[in-house]
Amino acid sequence: MTNTKTITLTVNGRTVTAAVEPRTHLADFLRERQLLTATHLGCEQGVCGACTILVDGEPVRSCIAFAVACDGRSVTTVEGLDEDLVAVQLREAFSEEHGLQCGFCTPGMLVSARDVVLRRPDADNDLIRLEMSGNLCRCTGYVGIVNAIRRVLDARKAAAE
Amino acid sequence: MKAVDFDYARPAALDDALELLARDDISARPVAGAQSLGPMLNLRLAQPDLLVDITHVPELRMVRRDGDALAIGACVTHATLEDGRYEDATRGVLPKVAAGIAYRAVRNRGTIGGSLAHADPAADWIATLTALGAQVVVAGRDGRRTVAVADFVLGVFETDLQHGEIIVEIRVPALSDRARWGYYKFCRKAGEFSHATGAVLVDPARGVNRAVIAAASGRPIIVEDPEIIHGNACRPERVAALLAGTPIGDNAFEVNTHTVALKRAIAQVTG
Repeated sequence: MTNTKTITLTVNGRTVTAAVEPRTHLADFLRERQLLTATHLGCEQGVCGACTILVDGEPVRSCIAFAVACDGRSVTTVEGLDEDLVAVQLREAFSEEHGLQCGFCTPGMLVSARDVVLRRPDADNDLIRLEMSGNLCRCTGYVGIVNAIRRVLDARKAAAE
Repeated sequence: MKAVDFDYARPAALDDALELLARDDISARPVAGAQSLGPMLNLRLAQPDLLVDITHVPELRMVRRDGDALAIGACVTHATLEDGRYEDATRGVLPKVAAGIAYRAVRNRGTIGGSLAHADPAADWIATLTALGAQVVVAGRDGRRTVAVADFVLGVFETDLQHGEIIVEIRVPALSDRARWGYYKFCRKAGEFSHATGAVLVDPARGVNRAVIAAASGRPIIVEDPEIIHGNACRPERVAALLAGTPIGDNAFEVNTHTVALKRAIAQVTG
């Protein structure tokens, strides 16, 4: 690596300092350098949503965010959501509702679904579909995914009453 | 694919950014959210020597009310505009349009200035800001100038930006309380690029009657014909005349699609 920049960022709560080529996108940095392989790369052009992770708590496409541009930020991958309450509920619901088959899209689905649950607590199924339209699944036909998010939204609403 | 081996700078001051972008010994490109440039880099459609990240310049990230305009910094994200936590002078137009751009993960990084500078004819801000009569403030080493969005977008991926210039601010005129807005775009899938966009602004208090045909494989077409906006003249033959000379002017399917998009936008205003 001839042309590198040193960056410091938080990855799943851990401070990481590394020299990166500016052209290294965040997903490659996480997979190849941090060995966090739950972040999947599908299209590498921001279309499929498989690589969606959290940067400063907000969903972001990690294939079109360069690692160097995330210097100083806090990055959370699906590995970092083990204890996250919404993610726990979503994982159970995805399993119950058959929200996955091959599992390639699932990490991105979980991150986007978590955003829907937190940002759109009153979503109906049409809005769930609209909000999830940036994540492609080639197995399920989406019905199980929508039902899983529905289940979590309903459970949280019932718990709040 | 992976991007070419480019260098990266992240100046905190606008003047430093403009200094880097003015270099003519290398190809330097400004970048903000990289939601358009990122894919182009990965596909090697763009192969710059240097990316100048302008998102750490504080003045480019502000939204503020400035007299009778809303001044939006170039690096303000679509998500910020969607969430509406600012003094919105557009009576909900900006949040609503922003919410329809791509997907939330893209909106969290993509910026209004980046979208304008990229100038994809299908982009929501191209259509919307043209219809709203917005202006672009452009800065270069030699100073600033202001251009109407309608004059700024010259064609497909083509703008009035000169070498070394960047967009610093977008100025949207405040709408009066009688203003009405209509917007419709044809996407085969939610969040994808539009195939035909119609946008209409009628603001009697300011004497504005403006419709825009966008995503028509060229610069947006401004329609100020009251018969089309207020009469019943939004028909394929009229739209075909407006599209004459563009690559789709003779394409009946495209003309019909644009006619329906514009008609549906108009119906939101007059219906």
